[in-house]
Amino acid sequence: MYGWFEERLGLSAIREFLEHKKVPVHSATMWYYFGGITLFLFVIQVLTGILLLLYYRPIPSEAYESVQFIVTRVEFGWLIRSVHSWSANLMILAAFIHMFSVVFLHAYRKPRELTWLSGIVLLGLALGFGFSGYLLPWNKVSYFATKVGTDMAASVPVIGVQLARFLRGGDDIGGATLTRFFGFHVAVLPGLTTLVLALHLALVQRTGMSSPPWHQEANAPQMPFFPNFFLRELMALYAAMGVLGSLAAVFPWELGEKADPFAPAPAGIRPEWYFLAPFYTLKLIPSHVWKFEGELLGILGFGVLIVWWVALPFWAVNREGILRTRWVTGAGVALLSYLAVFSLLGYLK
Amino acid sequence: MRRTVLLLFAVTAAASAKDTCLECHAALEGALQAPAKAFANDVHARYGFGCADCHGGDRTTDDMEASMSRARGFLGKISRTAVPKLCARCHSDATLMHRFKPQQRVDQYAQYLTSVHGKRLAAGDVQVANCVDCHSVHDIREVRHALSPVHPLRLPETCARCHADQARMARYKLSADQFAAYRQSVHWEALSKRGDPSAPSCASCHGNHGATPPQVASVAAVCGTCHVLLEDLYKKSPHQPVFAEMKAGGCAVCHEHHAIMHPTSEMLAGPRAVCVQCHEATSAGGVAAAEMARLIRDLGSALDRSEAVLKRARESGMEVSEPQIRQIEARENLVKARVAVHAFRIAAVKKPVGDGLAIAAQTLRAGEEALKERDRRRIGLAFALITIVVTLAGLWMAIRVIEGRPEPARR
Repeated sequence: MYGWFEERLGLSAIREFLEHKKVPVHSATMWYYFGGITLFLFVIQVLTGILLLLYYRPIPSEAYESVQFIVTRVEFGWLIRSVHSWSANLMILAAFIHMFSVVFLHAYRKPRELTWLSGIVLLGLALGFGFSGYLLPWNKVSYFATKVGTDMAASVPVIGVQLARFLRGGDDIGGATLTRFFGFHVAVLPGLTTLVLALHLALVQRTGMSSPPWHQEANAPQMPFFPNFFLRELMALYAAMGVLGSLAAVFPWELGEKADPFAPAPAGIRPEWYFLAPFYTLKLIPSHVWKFEGELLGILGFGVLIVWWVALPFWAVNREGILRTRWVTGAGVALLSYLAVFSLLGYLK
Repeated sequence: MRRTVLLLFAVTAAASAKDTCLECHAALEGALQAPAKAFANDVHARYGFGCADCHGGDRTTDDMEASMSRARGFLGKISRTAVPKLCARCHSDATLMHRFKPQQRVDQYAQYLTSVHGKRLAAGDVQVANCVDCHSVHDIREVRHALSPVHPLRLPETCARCHADQARMARYKLSADQFAAYRQSVHWEALSKRGDPSAPSCASCHGNHGATPPQVASVAAVCGTCHVLLEDLYKKSPHQPVFAEMKAGGCAVCHEHHAIMHPTSEMLAGPRAVCVQCHEATSAGGVAAAEMARLIRDLGSALDRSEAVLKRARESGMEVSEPQIRQIEARENLVKARVAVHAFRIAAVKKPVGDGLAIAAQTLRAGEEALKERDRRRIGLAFALITIVVTLAGLWMAIRVIEGRPEPARR
């Protein structure tokens, strides 16, 4: 049997690759698991998303009712929907942890600049999944949060108004918005994500696991990827599955009230937690700063911040090619602190 | 008409002309200065009226003697009996009022003459309320202004300034406890706690300019202006002809007139029941009242029970929005049952109570099912977690075995 597959698939080459693939062993090895956990949660997203698609109907008159039908009438529908929602949030959390572990372990440095860039694109796509998926149940909170989100898009200089119209499919949130958000969520974003993910994984395989700068000696300890690291990663995935299952079963994702476009926006409307920091920052900026609109300045500021962060591998080395580890670690701590504090303030206020 | 044109002309001219009354009085002190200072907040000042429009005189001259001379129409302090007629000069003039307030009524004076206040004033009693006692003087604000004494939220206190004054009311052989009683009522609660300006206050029942106590026969009609359905049921009830014959004041017989409390089933039966004032507990009326109270209490308890179960299910993350909507429907039946009491027939109450109980039973079942489902989920989760923990232990042991092998065996 093995011989039959070996003849057709060349399994020995894969075995050979896995036997020779090594993972550095050091005090921060555990942070390597988060890339795999993010991928695992993405796979869960795809599988539960396909199951939800069997019943979901993307039109305003039926979207809410179809989700209500899934969680109340479909066998294990509540579990599928709850796992889908919780894993979406956990995936974004795991992706953020993965990104910051890459920063603090300095894994973005040469020759892994493209891996960093593709990872940042994947994080952007994950946030896009979150934003587009949030509206799909067509409930009150998601409706108004999308309104706030697309209003923010309208403040982008030059293309803002067109961008907001493109996202909404018109001047306001309505049936056209729901249909195109559904299209982005189940077709455009998964297609793009598959391509970028394939590139990201190929780059990880090509360049291998990065060792931190303080772990560069020739005889630094390593462990075989298979089975040693693989089994450990499997343990991490099982643990993630346990956390996901517990959250989904004990705190089923709420459906809320159906959206009513004519109703006033409920008090304390806010976006998902991963958009809270920029949302709260924009709220703090005065409506006018000197001659400029506050929101416009805020969005420009975020634009500069994103470009600076994306370009991290390039400014992390000086002209002599020496890594500025302290600068990067400092920037990582500053960004992490900003995100944590402002998200918390945005949640509490 | 000629007077209107003259007044309009005077107002238009005055808006831009100087006002020596204000100029001089603002420079004075005490009581002579107060009106000039207060007038800045007066709605009449905003529309270009000045002191001379009420007090007469000439505001264009700097000569004090000339400006306050009788020859130039100076009236001085307006006597209390003259106030309503003076205000009516403009406020009863539709043409003039149309210029400033097209929606404003112009029958206030005519109504005032029909009121107890108006009649007594006409008879020479200067202690009764005239326009300025309620609307203030020199700083008269629009009714909708939050600081106006006749703003809906402030009106009861304004009426109470006189009507809660025992010494003043004693002269008219009137009690002064109406405001204290009103402050215990459901109407006051809506007005003061909820800040609802449409909540009934003194003027809603007594009228404002034509303020008169509703006569016994018209109490139900007064209450019925808001409680339409209740009035309709009461008119067809066996109580209506009896109360009319007794010359009792309809709704007020059971609900009081100023201290109108939250109606509960305790009004029908029990130590605080009002029915027992007329009906013996063992009489047909007493038995019917007790039965209606029991029906309403049963529905209330059933709704509280099902609501508590649904709340627990919802707090556990269960999706129970459908039974919660049904619960609202059941609550509506409780309201209908309370309304139906005013037909004073058990059958009328039985119908909504029966409908409400049927829904409450369904929502209770739905809530209990949701809680059972929650428990099933948690048991399933416990099994899944045990499987995961066992697998983790197995993986850990496998790692230990692999990493414990001698080096050559590790490939």
